[in-house]
Amino acid sequence: MSVAEFFDMGGYALYVWGSFGVTALFMVIEPIMLRGHRRAVLQRISRIVRMKAEEKV
Amino acid sequence: MNARLLNWFKFSSPATFYPLAGRLVPIFTLIAVALIGVGLYMSFFVAPTDYKQGEGYRIIFVHVPAAWMSMFIYLIMAFWAGLGLVFNTRLSGMMTRALAPTGAIFAFLALWTGAFWGKPMWGTWWVWDARLTSELILLFLYLGYLALQGAIDDTRRADRAGALLVLVGVINIPIIYYSVQWWNTLHQGATISMDNGSKMGVTMLWTMLIMALGFWAYTIAVALVRVRSIILEREADTTWVSELAEVRR
Repeated sequence: MSVAEFFDMGGYALYVWGSFGVTALFMVIEPIMLRGHRRAVLQRISRIVRMKAEEKV
Repeated sequence: MNARLLNWFKFSSPATFYPLAGRLVPIFTLIAVALIGVGLYMSFFVAPTDYKQGEGYRIIFVHVPAAWMSMFIYLIMAFWAGLGLVFNTRLSGMMTRALAPTGAIFAFLALWTGAFWGKPMWGTWWVWDARLTSELILLFLYLGYLALQGAIDDTRRADRAGALLVLVGVINIPIIYYSVQWWNTLHQGATISMDNGSKMGVTMLWTMLIMALGFWAYTIAVALVRVRSIILEREADTTWVSELAEVRR
């Protein structure tokens, strides 16, 4: 089986890759967005914690 | 109260669950990557060409696991929602909230891959048939839960309202599952059923199961990461959060 044949999926290329592709896209983007969100939350909280510590001094 | 029960309640406290979840994330990430890797290889290089649908049937290896996950995640959310309403534990509401976006994604993917399968095989992207429509309602339940939760500022109230919505919506799950038996639908019947066993080839079956398990591990990893962020946000004012290494930096 050649590479071109493989990607053609017996004529079903659009449907097979349209399904696998979009699924992969979501399952890659979701963890990346979660990591970004976690960073943002941590940043916000540590800023607040630092501000509070300075107030006490 | 016996020791085991005590132990469970200990882990229902956000302060003890947060580090535990942190330790579990890399384990489930690894399992997910390994299983989905093997599953993808089997999907394209091991599983044979279908005699009726040719290569087009390979969509099954993402479609069915995504559809299963969309239903399982909802049931787990309902479990946490019920637990939260009965025991009033804070973590339950956070777990429910952490699972919802992933559930919505899988519901969407089930519909999307279904459309991409329906077009070449049935000749249409969409029909208003029982299976498809009830799965669409499931997507709306996820989105409705998220919207409701986001619209209420008081987190305790948001959790309670959300839990009620999730529990009422549980009725939709058996409707999705049995829709292909109860109504005449374009969608094919269950390939794997609880009482008949499987009607598909062994290799295809294993590929689908491996992908499904990979999706499970993915869901657990992603939900744990999300619940950790939710815990941090909701417990931001507590001493234990301000003493965390990642916060002190």
